[in-house]
Amino acid sequence: MSDLKNMDPAPEKAAAPAPAAEEKIREPLFHIVKRADIPKLKAWGIRFIAILLALLVNALIIHWLTGLNPLAVYKSMFDGSFSTKRKFWVLLQNTAMLLCIALAVTPAFKMRFWNLGAEGQVLIGALSSGALMFYIGDKLPSGLLILLMLGAALLSGIVWAGIPALFKARFGTNETLFTLMMNYVAIQLVNTMIAIWVPSGSGVLGIMNSKSNNGWLPTIFGQKYALNIIVVGLLTVFMYVYLKYSKHGYEIAVVGESENTARYIGINVRKVIIRTAALSGCLAGLAGFLLMAGSAHTVSSTLAGGNGFTAVLVSWLAKFNPFVMILTSLLIEFLQKGAGEIAQAFRLSSDIADIATGIILFFIIGCEFFLNYRIMFRHKGKEGK
Amino acid sequence: MKKFIAVLLSLAMILSLAACGSKDETTKAPDTTTKAPETTKAAESTNAPESTQAPAADLSSIKVGFIFLHDPASSTYDNNFYQAALQVQKELGLKDDQFIFKWNVPEGSECQDTAEEMADAGCNIVIADSFGHETYMIEAAKNYPNVQFCHATGTQSRTVNIPNYHNAFASIYEGRYLAGIAAGMKLAELVKAGAAPKVGYVGAFPYAEVVSGYTSFFLGVRSIVPEATMDVIYTGSWFDIALEKEAALKLIGDGCVLLSQHADSEGAPKACEEKGVPDVAYNVSTINIGPNTAIISSKINWAPYYKMVIEAVAKGESFATDWCGTMATGSVELTELNEKVAAPGTKEAIEKAMAELKAGTLKVFDTKNWTKDGQHLTEYLADVQDMGDFKPETNVIIDGAFIESGEQFRSAPYFDIRIDGIDDNK
Repeated sequence: MSDLKNMDPAPEKAAAPAPAAEEKIREPLFHIVKRADIPKLKAWGIRFIAILLALLVNALIIHWLTGLNPLAVYKSMFDGSFSTKRKFWVLLQNTAMLLCIALAVTPAFKMRFWNLGAEGQVLIGALSSGALMFYIGDKLPSGLLILLMLGAALLSGIVWAGIPALFKARFGTNETLFTLMMNYVAIQLVNTMIAIWVPSGSGVLGIMNSKSNNGWLPTIFGQKYALNIIVVGLLTVFMYVYLKYSKHGYEIAVVGESENTARYIGINVRKVIIRTAALSGCLAGLAGFLLMAGSAHTVSSTLAGGNGFTAVLVSWLAKFNPFVMILTSLLIEFLQKGAGEIAQAFRLSSDIADIATGIILFFIIGCEFFLNYRIMFRHKGKEGK
Repeated sequence: MKKFIAVLLSLAMILSLAACGSKDETTKAPDTTTKAPETTKAAESTNAPESTQAPAADLSSIKVGFIFLHDPASSTYDNNFYQAALQVQKELGLKDDQFIFKWNVPEGSECQDTAEEMADAGCNIVIADSFGHETYMIEAAKNYPNVQFCHATGTQSRTVNIPNYHNAFASIYEGRYLAGIAAGMKLAELVKAGAAPKVGYVGAFPYAEVVSGYTSFFLGVRSIVPEATMDVIYTGSWFDIALEKEAALKLIGDGCVLLSQHADSEGAPKACEEKGVPDVAYNVSTINIGPNTAIISSKINWAPYYKMVIEAVAKGESFATDWCGTMATGSVELTELNEKVAAPGTKEAIEKAMAELKAGTLKVFDTKNWTKDGQHLTEYLADVQDMGDFKPETNVIIDGAFIESGEQFRSAPYFDIRIDGIDDNK
């Protein structure tokens, strides 16, 4: 959210008092001033303090609510991700999936195209690759099937994001609402297809091709999630280079800053909008494919698990830098796994663990405000006169 | 780059704190066991006296992992499993670290990860509670042949043939039938006062488990009010408070004078209390939500199953890969009858039917009591062998009754006939 303020500092400036035209006007207790730049060391300091405060507030709240020793709670939070090799791999896998979706929304957000439809784009990618597994899963060699599934997932992701983009470019429709609504269409489509595929009416597809493993990505280094993680790792590098060094990346940045400027320098804005949204949907579709072929091997309306929205947070928090997104997605997954572990270790309702992670996120996001703005207190001396 | 280092720092901070914590913990290890009761919720901390009275020595090696689809704090379905687990822990005098619980495990690869994490953590039994967990539990069972994986409501243990993979269910249709009698008594009272004999039912999915449940309930109602009819609305979700409430309101609007449900939230009972419509619930007693409308609930008590599994594993014995609890095992129960709402004579009517069911003189799905398209069926093929093909292959009507959850067939329900008098196209 602080980034949103960053874009448009005008209201903040208005809040600051006008230069003292009339001597008698009382200066407010404090006012907020935009920082031009902040020394690196100071920025770290602020973030460090934020984390410290978050942990402290958390410790107090946890102790107050449950009477537990906060250090034991923090230990089990850590255990959630690092106590066994498997947990660590699961952490990496979850991080990779969240990161993949975050990478998908990044070009769109950088262009100020508010793609809130990643959830649906992931689902539709998983659904279309799942459909191939369902209908021709045992008729093709696995390698060919996987390639077809990949193609279908990418294409359906492109279509799902491309429709709102087309409408925005042609008719100026609001993409925020449009992409959001496309999520519900995707969810209902998933439910409908499951109802058709599972005549017993249970609404549960279960693992597909669990015997033949056709259409499953191969296990490498003895780790079923390794390939997913490598693919997303490569994608991260690609996205960094694409945004920073390619002509497309430059066009995205210019359209995002000002469409008029983009037009003035001869950028075809419509084309860039559609192309970028399509790329965004395409990568979300890839995430759906990785879920289908690489980990869950099933589709359900909760497959994306809200990551389509969490990914927006990951991307914003990292200021659209793909490498920083590795850390922000890692942080969020670490917190989530930690929350689950706390609930398990102390038999707490998941709500308390969610409160704990919520507080940490609140402080981390909140400290961005202090990195962008400075609080000026009333001058004591002036007041005295 | 700033961001990079900042997040790195913050992580380092958390990790270092956690590391401190872990040192603390290991040095204090002996303390933690004695501290255990005070760190848990009051409800389950009262096992101290029993555990000192020397529990069977072989139970000390037992460690059970429980996987829940939702948080028992909000889901009546999961809470039913959780309460049974707490009861068993108390009865067997097991320590808190012998029963570990994981909430909110989705029906995806997370389920397999969680089950395997539990096996890693030394669990010799892992129990999952939701239908969609099944295929992931099977995968985990293949990877950990020495750990017993138990799955409630599943259908595949008889076809996958993995000795350490187990299904369990209960003859809950008998409980539903008895609850239906309570509903029938109330309906008779309402009909006498001039109401139409129409009942409503909020179901989750058009799936055999739900169909079997509402049909047995309906047959219970009909045993009292033979002219009764029933409308069914499916929500397409096992847990959706808003949808369940909406469906209940629609049924009430359509003229249903009494409701029941098979979905996991409190949406329908709440709607009934608002509208003053009597309700028969499932999983838990809803008298606290609907003091003026809740009549009774039927529920599966999972404690007998948990005990059986734990004792078998402790003795190193094998146990059934497909287990069906009954009224005799204590698995099928009715909750407290709300005398304030129930019609007079309900208790006696239930007791009479219960005795007949136990004696075998009464069969819930006796084909004399229901018709399909006007016909009394003499044969019906059901999809008992779950090969993933959804093809019915087994005749389940024997000696004039549909044998539900039959020992020779399968514990999970397979009654999926839409009988006359029930309209599920709502």
